[in-house]
Amino acid sequence: MGLREYIIRRLILIIPIMLGVVLLIFAVMQFVDPVQRVTLYLRNPRQFAPDVIRRYISIYGLDQPVWVQFYNWLSGMLQGQFGYSSYYREMVLPGLLARVPATLEIVLFSTPLIILGGIWLGVESAVRKDRSFDQLTRIFSILGTSLPSFFFGILLSAIFIAQLKWVSTSRLTPSLYTQVSLMQSSHHWNTYTGLMTLDSLLNGRPDICFDALIHLALPVLVLMFIQTAVLVRVTRSSMLESLGKTYITAARAKGLTNSEVVYKHARRNALIPVVTISGLLVGGMMTGLVITESVFMFPGIGQWAAEAAQVFDVSVVIVYAMFSSAVFVLANLIVDVLYAYIDPRIRLG
Amino acid sequence: MFTRILKNPLSVAGLVLISYNVFLAVFAPFIAPNTTGIVQYDPYLIPRDPALGMWMEPNAPTPAHLFGTSSMQVDLFYGCVWGTRFAFQLGLEVIVATLGIGLVLGLLAGYYGGFIDEVIMRFTDIILAFPGLILAMVFVAVLGKIGWNVLQAAIFSIILIGWPGYTRLIRGEVLRVRGEDYVEAARASGASDLRIMVRHILPNSIYTVIIVASLDFGSIVLTAAALSFLGLGSPAGYADWGRLIFDGVPYAASGLYYWWTFVYPGIFIVLFTLGWNLLGDALRDVLDPLTRRK
Repeated sequence: MGLREYIIRRLILIIPIMLGVVLLIFAVMQFVDPVQRVTLYLRNPRQFAPDVIRRYISIYGLDQPVWVQFYNWLSGMLQGQFGYSSYYREMVLPGLLARVPATLEIVLFSTPLIILGGIWLGVESAVRKDRSFDQLTRIFSILGTSLPSFFFGILLSAIFIAQLKWVSTSRLTPSLYTQVSLMQSSHHWNTYTGLMTLDSLLNGRPDICFDALIHLALPVLVLMFIQTAVLVRVTRSSMLESLGKTYITAARAKGLTNSEVVYKHARRNALIPVVTISGLLVGGMMTGLVITESVFMFPGIGQWAAEAAQVFDVSVVIVYAMFSSAVFVLANLIVDVLYAYIDPRIRLG
Repeated sequence: MFTRILKNPLSVAGLVLISYNVFLAVFAPFIAPNTTGIVQYDPYLIPRDPALGMWMEPNAPTPAHLFGTSSMQVDLFYGCVWGTRFAFQLGLEVIVATLGIGLVLGLLAGYYGGFIDEVIMRFTDIILAFPGLILAMVFVAVLGKIGWNVLQAAIFSIILIGWPGYTRLIRGEVLRVRGEDYVEAARASGASDLRIMVRHILPNSIYTVIIVASLDFGSIVLTAAALSFLGLGSPAGYADWGRLIFDGVPYAASGLYYWWTFVYPGIFIVLFTLGWNLLGDALRDVLDPLTRRK
């Protein structure tokens, strides 16, 4: 089977999973009674009398059989109707999309650091097994998996934000934030990407870019610390395994230098299992974002969902959950395809 | 196996930390007794010292309140110590429930195969298509919306996101054992399906699963603490580390001035998860021959 057929087959396999995800969310929603569910479609449910609400329940078909309701719900979502958030007082989908760039910014800055840092630390610590560098790395990775991200985040924010006042929470210093939103309203600020660091440069404001970078530092650090720890562990053990293989002995016997053996022969093979767990890392990242953004009041989708969950604003939470599962499933697909590309044996399975 | 664990200083440290936590949990009533004279209906609801009133401003550590007090004069020493007991209780509840579901479904899927296997496995696929904590947030939000007790909803949610992992693990073990001669022998001698599953397959496949489950203690407690930290767990004034940190968040906004409100509960969580992670690392090294130290 060629790589292309493999990709197509994996893409087809995603459809039942995503349908299942939607079905699960729908099933969970059945626990909420129709009067509460109708509020997902109304802008301000409080201003409606009970009989009006009852009428809306029948208009939206919430009193119909379950399968009819599921069909309506699914077709509504396919047309982009994801309901209304009574807490944020806005439609859910635009609310989500408006907050994606902030989250994307954290992800874009932390992911390369996590991957490069994690792999470098893992490889080097395996090469220097049981020496002080290795011991330090192991302590770092055990601490990284034991220190809850919210505790680490709270410590950092108490020290650097509240005590030393080096930065503020959110994406920018409040005065610059006001400036940007004022400039936006008077069309003196063009939103090209929604990424603050990029837009500020495109608008000719390097000072805002610098400010945005400083505000990204703490959330990126928290996310990095936790995620790198996981990656280091996997890379280290996979590298140790790879270094013990007979082809390494053969390469050494051939008279190759140590660095050629380690970086060309051992590292290349050690990275295969690392690719497979990177799908899991995406899942950890989605969870980490909820916590990190909440701690630093960073206005991304994670904080948006966490705040809504506290007041049981179901419509926001389910859309966030479906969004993150879509990202998660897609990431796993990409990982599988990459894996099949690296290791042709997989395509046969 | 045990001698190998005892040789490694890191795993010994893990064992020491876990024993310390077990000690705190078992002797919580003696280490942090209720000295206020107020009758408690739930020992995890931290009793408040009437002498301190109900002020919002936390009090610094004193000999009477070793770790100081948090919001509404909740005693942090009591909260941290009883929080250990709460962590064990929550972890045990979740593990027993998830393992129970996992055992039944995993046995059914692995033993019968075919259609049953297909249905159960596709269902685990769906649950595993979500990042765990986020699915738990959905369950808590929906259950909270229909009026559930939020703490019960949180525990229920952690169970709902936890069972697919065990189901898959047990199914794999069952598939491994199913073809063994003694299972064939039992079948040939006319044993019923139930008897084969419970008497022959289960005892031979449960060993690894129990080890994995016991090591999950740390991550389960961490998930629960994360939910509590997001405000989706225990009520205010509850002896739950995540909740105590959540209550400390407003005080962290004034820097390190009220440091005890979030630092002490945080240290207790770290010592707990550190213990399990250290032991887990050592066990994985021992069980996995590829990375075994020579």
